[in-house]
Amino acid sequence: MTATLAAPQKDPATEASLQWEDSGRELLLRASGVWTISTIGTVERMVKKAKLDRTPQTITIDAAGVQHVDTAGAWLLSRIARDAQQPSRIINLDPRFERLLELSQDVEEPSEIAPPERVMFVRLLDEIGAGAHHAACQGRDLLSFLGLVTIKLITVLINPRRLRFKALVNQIEQVGFNALPIVGLLNLLVGVVLAYQGADQLARFGAEVFTVNLLAVSVLREVGILITSIIVAGRSGSAFTAQIGTMKVNQEVDAMETIGLDPIEVLVVPRVLALMIALPLLAFFGNIMGLLGGGLVAIFFLELSVSQFLNQLLVAATLGTLLVGLVKAPVFAGLIALVGCFEGLRVSGSADSVGRLTTQSVVEAIFLVIVFNAAFSVLFSIIGV
Amino acid sequence: MTDDFVIDVQKLVTRFGTKTIHEDLTFQVRRGEVMGLVGGSGTGKSVLLKTIIGLQRPYSAQIKMLGEDITNDPRAYEKLRGRYGVLFQDGALFSSLTVGQNIQVPMLEKGGLPQKLINELIALKISMVGLPADACPKYPSELSGGMRKRAGLARSLALDPDILFLDEPTAGLDPIGASAFDKLIRDLSTSLGLTVVMITHDLDSLAAICDRISVLIDKKVVVGTMAELVQHPHPWIQSYFHGERARAAFEAAS
Repeated sequence: MTATLAAPQKDPATEASLQWEDSGRELLLRASGVWTISTIGTVERMVKKAKLDRTPQTITIDAAGVQHVDTAGAWLLSRIARDAQQPSRIINLDPRFERLLELSQDVEEPSEIAPPERVMFVRLLDEIGAGAHHAACQGRDLLSFLGLVTIKLITVLINPRRLRFKALVNQIEQVGFNALPIVGLLNLLVGVVLAYQGADQLARFGAEVFTVNLLAVSVLREVGILITSIIVAGRSGSAFTAQIGTMKVNQEVDAMETIGLDPIEVLVVPRVLALMIALPLLAFFGNIMGLLGGGLVAIFFLELSVSQFLNQLLVAATLGTLLVGLVKAPVFAGLIALVGCFEGLRVSGSADSVGRLTTQSVVEAIFLVIVFNAAFSVLFSIIGV
Repeated sequence: MTDDFVIDVQKLVTRFGTKTIHEDLTFQVRRGEVMGLVGGSGTGKSVLLKTIIGLQRPYSAQIKMLGEDITNDPRAYEKLRGRYGVLFQDGALFSSLTVGQNIQVPMLEKGGLPQKLINELIALKISMVGLPADACPKYPSELSGGMRKRAGLARSLALDPDILFLDEPTAGLDPIGASAFDKLIRDLSTSLGLTVVMITHDLDSLAAICDRISVLIDKKVVVGTMAELVQHPHPWIQSYFHGERARAAFEAAS
């Protein structure tokens, strides 16, 4: 009996094929063609279908017709022989390929390719636990970092010669001055939107003029500082993490310590101070731009005159309103800078942790800014400001 | 043509801005040989390698690999895919995949193989490069530098290439690990009939496993066996092959 196991041979030069001859006691397999990783897929399926590993006969593989073999082909040949029930052998293989067969001999059984999967429920519990533990540790570490930075900050302020003035000015330029266009533009747009939506609602009561009150209070107390802080967190908090993290990866931070420089003093203090100086100024600028945006809407859509707008603005907003907003700025600045530097210093080993921690730093900074803003609101309402 | 060149680079010119890296460079590799590529920093070893494997466009050149003219022809590279493997420095393993999945990637891309066979071939490759079988489900970050290189080698061998490119394969390995890796490359090259092109600064590797060595110098390639290059009059080659370290390496190899 002769049967072709392989698919109909198209071209013997590019196909692998296997034919069998059954002589009762022995099964003779004639392998021929090219046995490489590109061709053996079909043969492997045939072998599986024919259940050669169940055949009670002795298998002899005659590889005389094989023109080329690579490791994958050699593996398949030797596997057919090895999986057989009876001791089997491969004959007539071109001696050039003998070495490949030897390579296929002592391979350990295929181990798992993917890491072991766990039960869904166990994994859920595990992740909740790990997440909670991680958050708690993160909070603790951030708090102790706050303590450390505060002490260094006080030391530097008591002893101003230790302040790196050049680094401070440089940072103020980067986080403050260079942020002016985007902070200005976004606050302007938010002012426009607020005034427009407010006017839309208030027009129903014929109280369009109070749009200015709405605008002044919301921009000065909440929106201006919040928008500015969020932009700065995304822009400068991330930059802090990336800069310090890259220095960590390059072992620059380690080098600093061995030279006797204190990384907190050199890297963290100027950044924290710079942001605490720059953010209130940026927020003030943002407030002005927000009011300007709202003012444009009031003047062009509500047809208030400039003097009407300014009068209403003076009625609505006092110096107190402005200060309630601006007093939050140094606190937010501290939070953003602290988180940015903290995450930067947590970078270890590889470059991919820089990216991961930069993302984390931005998310944490924005989260903290919004939480603290809420806390401020509660505080202000308690003390009646 | 008397020789069977699997890589044949002719008249290669590489320029970055006004800076010329390669000028009319010729680089040829015969079938089955292990070719070392050396040169000082900035002489364009990596650039030459990248140009051959198509990651870098030359200013002008004529490049043939395995008989295909691949000069500025991305489609020719498609045809050759799987016929050459590259081991980058430090392995360049995909960090989000396990070692086994890394080796599996080229096989899945190729398609047409049953999963069972793929798993077995992964185990085969892992044993070929001398990794323990339990390294398979581990992530690259859990492996040592030497193991990552071996895993990277296993991935570059996944499709049984004809040519293997290695970029500083022994850099960052301790001397024992480095000579074990050298021996592995030599073994694989003889048993699989691989042609190997390796950039290296490791004189031990050069002396131990390279059939011929190409020295990148003055924007061109000087090629020869170790014995020939030792006699070469160029001052850079002289100082390269006659330094303290070189002598020790030759003594170890002989």
